[in-house]
Amino acid sequence: MHLAYPVVLSALLFCTGLYGVLARRNAILVLMSVELMLNAVNLNLVAFDVWLSRTAEETLHSGQALALFTIAIAAAEIGIGLAIVLAVHRNRGTANIDKLRDTAEGPGPDAPDGPGGSGGPGGAASDSDDAPTTRAAVTKAEATA
Amino acid sequence: MTLAAAVGTVAHATTTTLTTAAEARGFLSPTGVEIAFLLVGLVTFGAAVVTVTTRQLVHAALWLVVALGGLAVEYLLLTAEFIAWVQVLIYVGSVVVLLLFGLMLTRAPIGRSPDADSGNRRVALAVAVTAAVALVWVVVDAFRTTWIDLDGTPAGSTDVTGASLFQHWVLPFEALSVLLLAALVGAIVLSRRANTAAAAREAEARERGAGATHGTPHGTPHGAPAESAPEPASGPSPEPARAPTARRRDAEGNR
Repeated sequence: MHLAYPVVLSALLFCTGLYGVLARRNAILVLMSVELMLNAVNLNLVAFDVWLSRTAEETLHSGQALALFTIAIAAAEIGIGLAIVLAVHRNRGTANIDKLRDTAEGPGPDAPDGPGGSGGPGGAASDSDDAPTTRAAVTKAEATA
Repeated sequence: MTLAAAVGTVAHATTTTLTTAAEARGFLSPTGVEIAFLLVGLVTFGAAVVTVTTRQLVHAALWLVVALGGLAVEYLLLTAEFIAWVQVLIYVGSVVVLLLFGLMLTRAPIGRSPDADSGNRRVALAVAVTAAVALVWVVVDAFRTTWIDLDGTPAGSTDVTGASLFQHWVLPFEALSVLLLAALVGAIVLSRRANTAAAAREAEARERGAGATHGTPHGTPHGAPAESAPEPASGPSPEPARAPTARRRDAEGNR
């Protein structure tokens, strides 16, 4: 087999995952794209290991061993990543990474409590309390939701 | 490699292209394996593209299954059998199921979500296309005259992989087991409630709010503190009345 086939497929898959990481808005879709990138790297490792195990006299099968390690690390990564996404969703009520702008600088929706600030007037319209306590209660309900 | 052999015999009878150096070998024709690799690769790449572009979140996870399964077939065509079955077991078996659990636990919408893609989609597309062109150009230019010899014994059978893994790679293997344990403990710690005292207080508040709104089916926020007046419950008691609205608004924001 020509070596270009798996290598080109690996490059295309990696760039597909790159597009997904840059363009997606949901955190879990970003994790899926990261999985695609890791799989592209795995395909490269396996293809080069098969090629080198034929041409070299003594081989450690390092490509396949590293591919196995990458699979295990990807499993650990997806577990930790999903736990983080769930914790963020529990605290903020969203998995939308465009709204998690606490450490962002510069222009944009710059309110540190973005969801609370945008939902404040809606909560005030349905309540009889005055505005600051409504804001505090809404953010508190979000923190415990 | 019965799969590659069968595909090779079928495809070798129908194609007369690519005079490679290994054409005379006949039974495991590289041309047939290449064609099978190309077809499965097209399916894999198409599934990956649909995964990163579809607007239905659950469909993205299901197309990811197709992409990862196609990669497992590619590993089989490259005679790396052990990696292929590990790929099926871990990725298709556990990672995608975990992703689906994550989608359900974050209350992802089932239907089409209009803003699954971010605002910087064009920039992302430009970056990805540029990277793809550069990578494919460099790689094709570098390995233009390189062929993989797929004849003989499989390069990645369980025997070979296990021998190399437990002779030369024992120490990283054990370190990886420690890392998996750490990841397990970390996932449990992260997914627990951070403050058990806060959880207990919230459960108590919810119970009290349920008791307060038991008399009036749709308890107004003014009725709740009136029933449980002497406690400091006037602070947390509006929470259960307001939490569903907050969650509904968050779900709308998520969608």
